[in-house]
Amino acid sequence: MATIEELVARAEPLKGPHVIEYPFRRSCGPVLSKFFTGLREGKLIGVRSETAGVLVPPAEYDPQTAEGLTDFVEVGPAGKVVSYAWVSRPRPMQLLQHPFAYALVELDGADTGLLHMVDVGGDESKMSVGMRVAPRWKAEREGSVRDIEAFVPEAEARPAPPVIAEPDEPVKSVATPLRLEYDFTAGREQSIFLRALASKKIVGARSPGGDLVYVPPRGTDPRTAEPTPDFVEVSDKGTVVTYSIVRVPSENIHFELPYVCINVLLDGSDIPFFHVLQNCELTDVRLGMRVQASWAADEDLTESVESIRYFEPIDEPDVPFEQFKEYC
Amino acid sequence: MRDVAIVSFAQSNAASEVRSEVEILQPVAAEAVKNSGLARTEIDFTCSGSSDWLQGQPFAFVMALDAVGSWPPIKESHVEQDGAWALYEAWVKIQTGEVESALVYSFGKTSPGDIAQVQALQLDPYCVTPLWPDLDSLSAIQARACLEVGVVTERAMAEVVSRSLRDARDNPHAVRKGDHSVDDLLERPFQVSPLRELDCPANSDGATAMVIVAGDRAKQLCDRPVWIRGFDHRIDPPALGTRDLTRIPSAKLAAEKAGAHRDKLDFAEVTAPYSHQELLLRREMGLADDLSVNPSGGSLATHTLMSCGLNRIGDAAMRIAAGKGDRALAHAGQGPCLQQNLAVVLEGE
Amino acid sequence: MAERCAVIGVGQTKYDATRYDVSMPGLLREAAIRALEDAELTWNDIDAIVIGKAPDMFEGMMYPENYLSDALGATGKPLLRVHTAGSVGGSTANVAFSLISSGIHDRVLTIAWEKQSESNAMWALTLSPPFSVAVVAGAGGFFAPLVRTYMRRSGAPEDTGILVALKDRKNALKNPYAHLQMPNVTYEEIRDSFMLWDPIRYLESCPSSDGACAMIVAKEDLAGKTPRKPAWVLGSSMRSEPVQFAKRDAVNPMAGRQAAKDLYQQAGIDDPRKQIDCIECYVPFSWFEPMWMETMGFADEGEGWKLTHDGTTALDGARPVNMSGGVLSSNAIGASGMCRYAEAVNQVRGEAGEHQVDGAKISLGHAYGGGSQYFSMALFGADKP
Repeated sequence: MATIEELVARAEPLKGPHVIEYPFRRSCGPVLSKFFTGLREGKLIGVRSETAGVLVPPAEYDPQTAEGLTDFVEVGPAGKVVSYAWVSRPRPMQLLQHPFAYALVELDGADTGLLHMVDVGGDESKMSVGMRVAPRWKAEREGSVRDIEAFVPEAEARPAPPVIAEPDEPVKSVATPLRLEYDFTAGREQSIFLRALASKKIVGARSPGGDLVYVPPRGTDPRTAEPTPDFVEVSDKGTVVTYSIVRVPSENIHFELPYVCINVLLDGSDIPFFHVLQNCELTDVRLGMRVQASWAADEDLTESVESIRYFEPIDEPDVPFEQFKEYC
Repeated sequence: MRDVAIVSFAQSNAASEVRSEVEILQPVAAEAVKNSGLARTEIDFTCSGSSDWLQGQPFAFVMALDAVGSWPPIKESHVEQDGAWALYEAWVKIQTGEVESALVYSFGKTSPGDIAQVQALQLDPYCVTPLWPDLDSLSAIQARACLEVGVVTERAMAEVVSRSLRDARDNPHAVRKGDHSVDDLLERPFQVSPLRELDCPANSDGATAMVIVAGDRAKQLCDRPVWIRGFDHRIDPPALGTRDLTRIPSAKLAAEKAGAHRDKLDFAEVTAPYSHQELLLRREMGLADDLSVNPSGGSLATHTLMSCGLNRIGDAAMRIAAGKGDRALAHAGQGPCLQQNLAVVLEGE
Repeated sequence: MAERCAVIGVGQTKYDATRYDVSMPGLLREAAIRALEDAELTWNDIDAIVIGKAPDMFEGMMYPENYLSDALGATGKPLLRVHTAGSVGGSTANVAFSLISSGIHDRVLTIAWEKQSESNAMWALTLSPPFSVAVVAGAGGFFAPLVRTYMRRSGAPEDTGILVALKDRKNALKNPYAHLQMPNVTYEEIRDSFMLWDPIRYLESCPSSDGACAMIVAKEDLAGKTPRKPAWVLGSSMRSEPVQFAKRDAVNPMAGRQAAKDLYQQAGIDDPRKQIDCIECYVPFSWFEPMWMETMGFADEGEGWKLTHDGTTALDGARPVNMSGGVLSSNAIGASGMCRYAEAVNQVRGEAGEHQVDGAKISLGHAYGGGSQYFSMALFGADKP
């Protein structure tokens, strides 16, 4: 088990994967509904504007004047490439995984460019500004810009396959799932705290002047932003200064409901932190009760707050409210 | 308008930081405050710029308060934009007469996530983001449109890169620098044709802080205050297909409204993440061919997202403060293909 | 303030759990166009736009205002995007006031919004980085312990939260824009509703809403030319403090107390209890009404609950609070602060419809956010100062 000095000496912060993932579904309103319903039917719909001619995709408003637009027109499906970028090494997120172009395609009858992909089989020499292209439609379409797999040279294009089952309802929303992966760095101060947890220690940092101890260390005293380089071990026993009993589910929280979320003020520290209380009847939870960390088994200790499985009551007399009222 | 001066500026930039945002920002903010000559608690207003998406956490800016100190409570605001717009809000606040000084800061890390994917989230969420174009590709579309009509050439783009990376050798904050001949650059492979790797921004992590002070107090605090003589920002429509990509009307308008050409400019610092964009900005903002642009190296040398615009302004101010020019235009831009543009005119005493 | 500043137009969307009928631009335009109509102006009359919203993760977009710019007539104009957590709707308006009072612009459109149905607020607010354990269940999980502390400190009757919720839910019935409309709501129904974050019950909590709120702000000489009465901005203030520090009082935060004090000083208010006619404040969980009454000086510390029990804060009381039904009835997070301002504005304009307080001359709009650490406030007057 490492000493605090050893932990502080290890400068390299911890890193770990962080994922943000959500299946966003967007209601599209009356104008984009026309566009997406058209795509599902294998048609391209634009809208006429006063200042920019026929806009594709259609907008609800003129881009210069913000006046509302409702004069829809069918355009394309063929058109010409106005400009393009050649993507020789597609990124993992992108929909074509061989070299392709992102291009602005001005569809016949439209006055603005539609941003999409052009697939020329990976051969950049087939790309040119002004080239004629047409959509390569998906067979199964849902009402999305992705119903067009890509634009292709006009000669290679085929008409849109008929819709397999014609739904009555216009398209009302579009799914735009998101998954972002981050290589999260915990930072130096936080890493000292986390590594200490793997050694069953809880480490705080003294405020400049030493009058107050922050757990976890925050790098600075948040009042003054002065650095807090002086680390100190605090007890794994503490006092519940306030709490709530949570009965509402959440995607990212993995405790069985209901659970008790406590603000616990550890002995030797001056700031409470959030954790859960277990092995306690809900009706017994109270302000001022004494609790102690229940640590994971030695082989399960990690550089994470998960090393403290939960807090649990201990057989010590309650602390009177007057003694901790400044901390809650 | 009240006279407002930039009295101090500090920045930290690195290709990839293992420190947390608070740990990066704290010394930078402390340096800016210290060099301003004001105590932290003497500064009347605080305004910052950042984006939650860079660290993948909602309310990322809340923790950043730990790095600047906010006790006793402070008058504070935040924009989810580049720090240059935070500077604008702070400048407006001083113009109201309610405050005399402000700390402005911004921070961002591009290294933790897939920055190409993160930045695709700023596009039309219904019709464009689902196709996941990256900003390199969209800028390449813009570059090709410009090449087609001849407002830029590949050689002129390479000249921008060559000059920027050479100038960056004198900038300790630059993360990409070096001596590259134009011919050598033109031999290099394309990243996203017609853009080569070095035509694209040097994405980096970092933080920036600045202190601005009104009127006579600024004169007391520093020998050569750098005055903000004009300040404006404008926006163009978002859809690339509706824009003439060879023009940036909002940059032209912002520079005009800021009074860029009321007097002679000695140099300019502009936010041009892609080499052709410097050429476009020169044309739109009326910068002469022989005017020194981006002596710092600009975004091709260091592109610290959320701070790059504030860095350009700060770099320009420090150059004037050091006596290397009396009047400069500084510019910030954000959004795909420079949709939104900000111009500030700086003058030495 | 240097230039006098007034609110001359207000527009709000209908708030609902899911505004499935509109896109994001459509949602914002609904509020903005209503504000323009209220002021009898067109897009051309606007010099600049200030947009506010809370975390972009709710909608999964970065810089959403850039995509929305032309939907709001911003092409060729300045556009600022403010984000100060839950207080953002208030601070966004404050920035718009500054653009006028500084003399930089003549007329500014300010709008705050959230379309929470694009994702799920509990998801977005409980995202936890590696090495941590998510234990705080969203906003309710954070604020419930503070409510418990307040109850302990003040000794307030346990049904204070129920009474606040009953009042606000009844007020919402008079507000056609309000999301939650519960015509038959009773004390017993609220009392017996599920404990979500004990001590906070389901019906003592705000909903998750889609919506937008817009205001048109103008300088003095243009404010006199509007068809409807302007609301004069008598003062505006903002304060922030750290989310956590040792011995922080998060129940009655210093930042909130200072913001209120600053506001009263600006407006020359010596005794807010006598001089302010009505208050619209940010109460996402019902117990925050008594807490904010104390923070803003309408009650002594530990006695805010008395104003609820004695009927002072009722719509027909001596000093009504949350006449619109408040955040408890509609909560499009980013918009919520501006909704508070909008209601305060409409009260002094005499445009508050069925929830109008007779003769309201001075009203207060309040918003807070983060861990009860960001505060934005403004005072509005029927008469030019």
